Amino acid sequence: METLLTVFFNVEIMKKVWPFLLQGLGMTVVLSLVVIPLGLAGGLGIAILSSLQRRWLNRVLIVYVDFFRAFPPLVLLIFIYFGFPFLQIDLPKFAAVALGFFLNTSSYFGEIFRAGFESIPRGQLEAARSTGLTRWQALVSVVIPQATRNVLPDLISNTLEVIKLTSLASVVALPELLNNARQAQALTYNATPVVLAALMYLLLLWPIVRLLSRLEHKSIALH
Amino acid sequence: MNPVVNVPPTMSTLDRFLFSFFNPDIAGRYWKAIAEGFVTTTWLGVTVIITGLVVGLALAVARAQHVKPLNFCIIVFADVFRALPPLVIIIILFFAFPYIEMAMSAFTATWLSLSLVLAAFAEEIFWAGILAVPKGQWEAARSTGMSRLETLQHVVLPQAVRMTVPPLTNRVMAITKGTALGSVVALHEILNVSSSASSESGNATPLLVGACAYLILFIPFVWFGRWIETRFAWKR
Amino acid sequence: MKQDLPPILELKGLVKSFGALQVLKGIDFSVQPGELAFIIGPSGSGKSTLLRCCNRLEEPDGGSVTVDGIDITAPGVDINRLRQKIGMVFQSFNLYPHMTALGNVTLALRKVQGMDKATADAKGRAALERVGLTDKADAYPNQLSGGQQQRVGIARSLALEPLIVLFDEPTSALDPELVGGVLKVMRELRESGMTMVVVSHEMAFARAAADRVVFMDQGQIVEQGPPEEVFGNPKHARLREFLATLADRH
Ligand SMILES: Nc1ncnc2c1ncn2[C@@H]1O[C@H](COP(=O)(O)OP(=O)(O)OP(=O)(O)O)[C@@H](O)[C@H]1O
Ligand SMILES: [Mg+2]
Repeated sequence: METLLTVFFNVEIMKKVWPFLLQGLGMTVVLSLVVIPLGLAGGLGIAILSSLQRRWLNRVLIVYVDFFRAFPPLVLLIFIYFGFPFLQIDLPKFAAVALGFFLNTSSYFGEIFRAGFESIPRGQLEAARSTGLTRWQALVSVVIPQATRNVLPDLISNTLEVIKLTSLASVVALPELLNNARQAQALTYNATPVVLAALMYLLLLWPIVRLLSRLEHKSIALH
Repeated sequence: MNPVVNVPPTMSTLDRFLFSFFNPDIAGRYWKAIAEGFVTTTWLGVTVIITGLVVGLALAVARAQHVKPLNFCIIVFADVFRALPPLVIIIILFFAFPYIEMAMSAFTATWLSLSLVLAAFAEEIFWAGILAVPKGQWEAARSTGMSRLETLQHVVLPQAVRMTVPPLTNRVMAITKGTALGSVVALHEILNVSSSASSESGNATPLLVGACAYLILFIPFVWFGRWIETRFAWKR
Repeated sequence: MKQDLPPILELKGLVKSFGALQVLKGIDFSVQPGELAFIIGPSGSGKSTLLRCCNRLEEPDGGSVTVDGIDITAPGVDINRLRQKIGMVFQSFNLYPHMTALGNVTLALRKVQGMDKATADAKGRAALERVGLTDKADAYPNQLSGGQQQRVGIARSLALEPLIVLFDEPTSALDPELVGGVLKVMRELRESGMTMVVVSHEMAFARAAADRVVFMDQGQIVEQGPPEEVFGNPKHARLREFLATLADRH
């Protein structure tokens, strides 16, 4: 018990590494704030393009989506980070990480939005067009709002996954929360920093998890 | 492990590209090691799927017994392991547990972490499925004298599991891809083997071979998921 | 109907509340072997709750429920064994959608009574025959009409050879043209001597087949008697009102 406390919950060490971990948390938040909107926009773009029902375009989109969903995100990240120098492209670390996560995240969001679009009866679009709205206006003011509401639990669920995903950036030493915690652990020879980081992730993500459980049970009750 | 680019300086751009990414000599030198990594990844994935689904189902069944303190523990478990990034769990198990004399191998740490995460998600999915089975099904079965457990086993779960197939397939795939995280604790799975081969040789070919290995492993999974989705569309 | 025998079902001072709402306010009610008791009453008067207390799908708060001489609310009774003797038919059928008609009918035989498949199937087919669905044994519920589904629901109870069957609005969810088939099965069941408690709005059926009509209102039994008396010469104002609203509706 004694060792458990000194090794996992050492208050002295917590005090010492706190600012450094907070810095890491900042980077985690920044990375999330960059990747989530980009991923959402990319996903929405994919869904809009595939709603055009152009055969060749749909094939390209499906290949894109399947390809990047098949790759473990860490593999994508390593490939970009270590592979790009061979192409003599010098990508800053943050950009490499963001690009890797974007490719993964946008394909997941794309699938979700596509399912959302498909959940809207054709009559909705036709009704909107019959009142003189352009295709784009109908999409923006009739289809997208309903589709988004229908797949909201999935969108939130994937957002949660993206935030958790940012921890992978530690593998290429981007100074986010997990990276800083591991550095602090190596310096202090103590597990407390990593445990503290885990608690910070919990604090940050637990509300989303709760929200998701409630949304999921509600949507089933409605059904 | 910073990338070292090992390319003869006199080459043209295209040649450099081919030399770096499609180098048959390098591929020949490392394919065996990567194949071994492939076996490790597959084995890890299979054990994670089995453990995670079995534990998740058991927890959902336990939750359906409506024992308050037990349900509280199950909910806390499911919340924690859905909220924590899997890599954080792996690192705690592998790097922090040795401090309290509970060292484990890289394989065990990765397997245990991913299994816990899958169990947490699977529990939630199975539970949502159980809740989605109409109350009348319980009442009909109970009125013929079946116990709670018998009702669950013969009437409710067969219907619940059917509803959970599409979301479960997606979740299983996402978590199985997490086997790549084992590379961080030096588990010799595909990513670890191919990236160390790549830095050892100063050539990107092993990475490309590794990427292909992942495609071979996971593309069928993605297709299976698509097929499932159209077959059992889960009505919301 | 055997008046001199002990009752199959006997409720004494049955009380049930949901939160602050008292739904059953001390019900005394008994059913003789071979009797068909027909319960009517306005919506929310507690008819379903009364039936559901008889097999403890709802736990009574007070009073006793005795089935064939056994107090089913006593501590330590094996309610699952007793429930096999108390059939229940639901308004919404509640067939198991993942099983065939025969599978629905034989599930409890196989899993609770531990009967082997051949014996259970033979029993199940006999039960399906009683409801006129021999040819639908291998159909899944979604391949059956509502009336057929409800008849499978009845067969599911009959296969367990119950002492009494409780019907909660068995025809309310059916299209009008399908009601007749279900009522015919219920009539045959009555003629074969089955003890039945039926909650329903099918007044013509009550006139023709019921031994006794019971009028419930606000958690109490207000009036009961033979159908010709209850319908022909209602004593309580509330019953007269209720019958008048029914007449308006038709
Ligand atoms: N599980 C429950 N929780 C709370 N209130 C309930 C519950 N079940 C029934 N009630 C309430 O108890 C009262 C009696 O309900 P019950 O279903 O027994 O009436 P009923 O006579 O069968 O009506 P109906 O003809 O509409 O089926 C109603 O006011 C109902 O809202
Ligand atoms: Mg009712």
